[in-house]
Amino acid sequence: MTTATLSPREMKRRRRMGADYVAPSPYSVRNALTKGDVFTKLSAVVFGLGNIVRKQYVKGVALLALEVAFIVFMITNGVNYLSKLPSLGTQKQGKQLVDGFWVYVQGDNSVVILLYGVCTIVACILFVYLWTISLKCAYKAECLTRQNGKAPSLRDDLRALTDEKAYQLLMFLPTLGILVFTVLPLIFMISMAFTSYDRNHLVLFDWVGFENFGKLFSTGNGTVSARLFIQVTIWTLVWAFFATFLNFFLGMFFAMVINRKTTRFKGFWRACFSMSIAVPQFVSLLVMHTMLQPTGAINRLLMQWGWIDQALPFFTNTTWARVTVIIINLWVGIPYTIMQITGILQNIPADLYEAAKLDGANWWQIFTQITMPYIIFVLTPYLITTFTGNVNNFNVIYLLSGGAPVPIGDSAGTTDLLITWLYKLTVDKNDYNLGAVIGIMTFIVLAVVSLITYRNSGSYKNEEAFR
Amino acid sequence: MSNHSIQKAESHSLMHDAKKRRILGDILSHLFLAVMAVIWLIPIVWVFAESFNKNTAPYTKTFFPTEFSLDNYIGLFTDKTVLDFPKMFMNTLIVACFVCVISVVFVLAVAYCMSRLRFRTRKTFMNVVLILGMFPGIMAVSAIYFILKAVGLTSEGLTTIALILVYSAGSGAGFYVMKGYMDTIPTSLDEAAMLDGCTRLQVFYKIIIPICKPMIVYQAIIGFLTPWLDFVMAKVICRTQSNYTVALGLWLMLQKEYIQNWYARFAAAAVVISIPIAILFIVMQRFYQESMSGSVKG
Repeated sequence: MTTATLSPREMKRRRRMGADYVAPSPYSVRNALTKGDVFTKLSAVVFGLGNIVRKQYVKGVALLALEVAFIVFMITNGVNYLSKLPSLGTQKQGKQLVDGFWVYVQGDNSVVILLYGVCTIVACILFVYLWTISLKCAYKAECLTRQNGKAPSLRDDLRALTDEKAYQLLMFLPTLGILVFTVLPLIFMISMAFTSYDRNHLVLFDWVGFENFGKLFSTGNGTVSARLFIQVTIWTLVWAFFATFLNFFLGMFFAMVINRKTTRFKGFWRACFSMSIAVPQFVSLLVMHTMLQPTGAINRLLMQWGWIDQALPFFTNTTWARVTVIIINLWVGIPYTIMQITGILQNIPADLYEAAKLDGANWWQIFTQITMPYIIFVLTPYLITTFTGNVNNFNVIYLLSGGAPVPIGDSAGTTDLLITWLYKLTVDKNDYNLGAVIGIMTFIVLAVVSLITYRNSGSYKNEEAFR
Repeated sequence: MSNHSIQKAESHSLMHDAKKRRILGDILSHLFLAVMAVIWLIPIVWVFAESFNKNTAPYTKTFFPTEFSLDNYIGLFTDKTVLDFPKMFMNTLIVACFVCVISVVFVLAVAYCMSRLRFRTRKTFMNVVLILGMFPGIMAVSAIYFILKAVGLTSEGLTTIALILVYSAGSGAGFYVMKGYMDTIPTSLDEAAMLDGCTRLQVFYKIIIPICKPMIVYQAIIGFLTPWLDFVMAKVICRTQSNYTVALGLWLMLQKEYIQNWYARFAAAAVVISIPIAILFIVMQRFYQESMSGSVKG
């Protein structure tokens, strides 16, 4: 395809992406429908027809089989699932008088209806995608037959999968996994935010629109309110900031001290710090939790030594609790940072250092001009994922402080993150709709913070800087 | 003449200074590492000591136990009436092995595609994954349970498969660190291999994977640890005790009903769990090779 035929949108895309730009395939749906022959056009109705006519039997039959499977599914179940979705079921469980006998009637379960409805919608979207594939394949087979006398055989296709189309082979399973176990549950949960699925409506519930979002920003004194939401959000951000950057800089400091040329027993020191990874985080957190109780080992020890008169309020005073969780998180997180940064330090091309030394750079110059830029370049995505990970750091907070201290009457404690609050609302209180709303708000907070930083980072703008 | 000697003296004192400074730095850094190592090791030593404690109650008078016995370990593996720890251990080990392998394969495959191959949906995929990662994982937990239930994977005996699926299926999304690492490998290596007739798939497993060993180690550890550490997902999926993973069992031991009798056994269980992880660690340490700068001869 020449540049002249590119649409203005494509031209813009090409300018924006530079070397990364990949031209669109000439075998598009639009071309197939306008320029294709009768078999190609018929492939829009009978999937795979174009391929079968051009002797690509395996491909064609596979496409056809998928189409038939989808249609059968829609006729037997799909239509039924979709029709119930708007009302989410109305039939209550109960007993009815039939011919003088009481008969138990199984009622509708709104959760099941919602889940099947969402799955059916996803299946429909996939079907549309399959439709485009069918057309594109048919058109491609037609064009190649015209060009070369015959369409590529199955073996040619398989060979392409190991070379220029290797991404299709490699990406298929991971993408499928993400789709089924990440995307589908998310759509399902997001749709719950717009229903009345709470502790009072566990079996039958309805769509309520944006009512739940209104509750979150209300000034009243309900389960959730604007005051609680703002308090939890601010603490979540403060926590994530300290947990990420303290871990990163201290971990880097540790790694560099260990990696100094004259430091002895490098392996031994690394092993010491790695020991805490070998003990499951879960265990060490539970141990710390019991140790830091008012009657726990640490308070007892300090009292024995006569350093304090009464127990330190590790989890009963807000400020104490907040500082405690951040410090304990350092204990948990620094070994991971050391491991990461050691790997990267070893990967910095040695000739960079040699050149710098020949030019007479001192260690500080080497650090700021070579080591730091390199680490930041490799680790910016890691820092951002760690930040998001910390905003969503359920384990440390839930197992260590459990959100304590909790002011009386509030549904969230002062060390509760948005994520633990969400968990408490959904699992302990069964307020699924409020939990889903908080989940969406967490997402918005994170999206705003990280998209800005990520798009401005060196490793996104210039992936090849250090090649 | 005098000029020359002054210069010599100066250079001598400078040498002396540098040496002194280096020695001082050495002392300081070793001291620092020693203190920090102690801080990092104390809780671990404590767990180890506690696992041999004769007194099984949680709150004792001294920091370290005073009387030792092996009862906790024996009880842990023989007393199956209340909590069947050996079963839990096997459950988790099986899940962890599968998750480790699957997640490494997924992450490598996706990272290679993102770093080396150029196709139209590449940037879209990266952005979508980034956005998905911002949704809190806990939010989807109950939804995942409903989905597994609809497929029939929550029944007795199938929960192991359910857990493997849940932990490994989405792991392809965690490709960012691996991709960052692959981005630093010179493309001239790929080009040379392709000139020699390698397909892109061969470049992947003959060139990129061997160079990525340190990061594969990291990824494998992460994958293997997931089932041992996670308890939220496991708690939702494993409803009956026979399917419990180790994390759930340990958590159960510290609940109010059990803590009085099970606290020391909890420590023993923690030690037992740490053993496979530690062994794995030592094996994998060997892959931490020094310096990579030899891969391209300039």
